[in-house]
Amino acid sequence: MNIVVCVKQVPDTASERNLKTDDKTLDREAADGLMNELDEYAVEEALQIKEAQGGEVTVLTMGPDKAAETIRKALSMGADKAVHLVDDALHGSDALQTSAALAQALRKIGFDLVILGSESTDARTGVLAAMLAERLGVPQLSLAGKVEIDGGNVRVERQTDYGHDKVEGSLPAVVSVVEKINEPRYPSFKGIMAAKKKPVEKLAVGDIELDAAAVGLGNAPTQVVEFAAAPPRAAGTIVTDEGEGGAQAADFLASKKFV
Amino acid sequence: MSGVERSLPSDEARELIELVRELIAREIAPRVAADEEAHAFPRDVFTKLGRAGLLSLPFAEEYGGGGQPYEVYLQVLEELSGAWLTVGLGVSVHTLASFPVAAYGSEAQRKRLLPDMLGGETLGAYCLSEPESGSDAAALRTAAVRDGDAYRITGTKAWITHAGVADFYALMARTAEHKSRGISCFHVPAGTPGLAAAAPEHKMGMHASPTAQLSLDGLRLPEDLRVGEEGQGFPIAMAALDAGRLGIAACSVGVAQAALDAAVDYAKERRQFGRPIAEFQGLSFLLADAATQIAAARALYLEAARRKDAGRPYGPEAAMAKLFASDVAMRVTTDAVQVFGGYGYVADFPVERYMREAKVLQIVEGTNQIQRLVIGRHLTTR
Ligand SMILES: Cc1cc2nc3c(=O)[nH]c(=O)nc-3n(C[C@H](O)[C@H](O)[C@H](O)COP(=O)(O)OP(=O)(O)OC[C@H]3O[C@@H](n4cnc5c(N)ncnc54)[C@H](O)[C@@H]3O)c2cc1C
Repeated sequence: MNIVVCVKQVPDTASERNLKTDDKTLDREAADGLMNELDEYAVEEALQIKEAQGGEVTVLTMGPDKAAETIRKALSMGADKAVHLVDDALHGSDALQTSAALAQALRKIGFDLVILGSESTDARTGVLAAMLAERLGVPQLSLAGKVEIDGGNVRVERQTDYGHDKVEGSLPAVVSVVEKINEPRYPSFKGIMAAKKKPVEKLAVGDIELDAAAVGLGNAPTQVVEFAAAPPRAAGTIVTDEGEGGAQAADFLASKKFV
Repeated sequence: MSGVERSLPSDEARELIELVRELIAREIAPRVAADEEAHAFPRDVFTKLGRAGLLSLPFAEEYGGGGQPYEVYLQVLEELSGAWLTVGLGVSVHTLASFPVAAYGSEAQRKRLLPDMLGGETLGAYCLSEPESGSDAAALRTAAVRDGDAYRITGTKAWITHAGVADFYALMARTAEHKSRGISCFHVPAGTPGLAAAAPEHKMGMHASPTAQLSLDGLRLPEDLRVGEEGQGFPIAMAALDAGRLGIAACSVGVAQAALDAAVDYAKERRQFGRPIAEFQGLSFLLADAATQIAAARALYLEAARRKDAGRPYGPEAAMAKLFASDVAMRVTTDAVQVFGGYGYVADFPVERYMREAKVLQIVEGTNQIQRLVIGRHLTTR
């Protein structure tokens, strides 16, 4: 089983994140980068499938040089090798362009199964898995809370608001996962050491038969027109309990649709 | 919290410390207070540490160990102990319990037992003390009597860390009359008929770490679970303790550092007489003394560790490090409570826990009187 996991380095949600004023893209240099949390679950799932069935796990990321840290993390967890799609021409690519680039890279790598986190914590479009499947012409099984491989088929429990759907497709396929699926392992000390010796192939736009004029901020079919900082948080509501406190608190929660 | 800036010998050691800090932040720190209050032993934390390779650090790579020098292993222990002594001391005890098989076991024993010991699948306990023999450890009476190709073991061990929760017990028992040369070392798997742990002691601190008596009632142990030769048990136990004392020194520095960090943070926040209490010289001198003592204690255990790593004798240096560092931990944690004033005396802040934890470090693995005895004997019998 040849599994490719797409991972993305995102700014730490605990650190301050800003868009740059010049080109309205995320200032990735300023924030601490780490692996998108859901991608840890994707890596874990790939490792578990490999451990059960044999095969190889390749990590694929598109991002600046700094994204090598995230590759290292996935390799430390136990992935076998990595492909890093890195090219200045890719800077500012939107979801459509990113999916085009990743699809080309995936064609070049070859795969039986592609696993992704169902969304990233920075852009949160949540559309990449679908776009990849479409471009690659393979089935998409999204929001998986459980994955089973059975010969040439993949079955997932697709998480929904009311429970889950059982969805089945034939391999090769693209699967996106949610937190419920597993508990990602920590890299082990040995894994950290071993990761340094694992192969990381760097690919540029020219290596994946992609036209540089089709990617990047200037050519993006979607555009960030304007952005504004989130308004500072307004003062909270203080309920003074004079016998009515409970009712007032309940009313407040109800007004915000929490209850 | 960025943590202590450490002198580390390699990039891999730096990455190891980062991994340890991540595990502490995510898996340990959030649950310490609750588990200590509930007296709940965090067995799963040891499994996680094991899977991450942190129970194997000082052991040889060929048996699944991390192949790290003591200089590095001890700093990991220091970090863990500052977060939670139940875990840090637990790791030290596990190392102590794994040492006999790793250093004196037969090839077959190592192959069979070490992978699980070092990988976190099995947790160890070290059984030397008895109700009637503490400092005078060689006076132990638990008896192992030959019975065909096995031993029958009968007696009571006392103060056993991990009693009842361990998967294996490194046990010292008497196989002949001679006081120190009549002791042998055994590997006793949990669940062996005749082995029973009493209810845990009600301790001053480390509530989440069970310490209990262990009774052996005619327990039958196959001969191939004896570790080393008959009569070699006491030297094995003492060699384990030499290294173990370095572990206790590192645990002590961890607890002391945690107390100082808490005290410094608090002193900068707490205001009296219109300014932060940290601005009063009377208080900042106390913090300065604590920081100095901690730095000295750390340097002392690291120097002893480097001697060990270089293959030089280090027994007296280990005793000095254990003695000094645990006394520092006691003093610093007591002073940290002082810095917090009344708030230091209640469980809402961790400093009272550090103070209760520090006390045990002056007692275990040879009381500080016994450390002086070791150092004094070294000076006067050379
Ligand atoms: C929480 C905890 C965990 C422990 N875990 C373990 C464990 O996992 N395995 C294990 O085997 N043991 C363990 N111990 C036991 C510990 O090692 C002993 O308590 C210690 O060695 C002291 O023995 P004792 O308690 O019998 O005190 P004693 O030996 O009775 O000592 C009493 C006092 O007399 C002093 N004293 C004794 N002899 C001398 C001397 N020659 N000169 C000067 N002063 C002397 C001592 O310093 C002490 O102050 C643990 C103890 C505790 C409290």
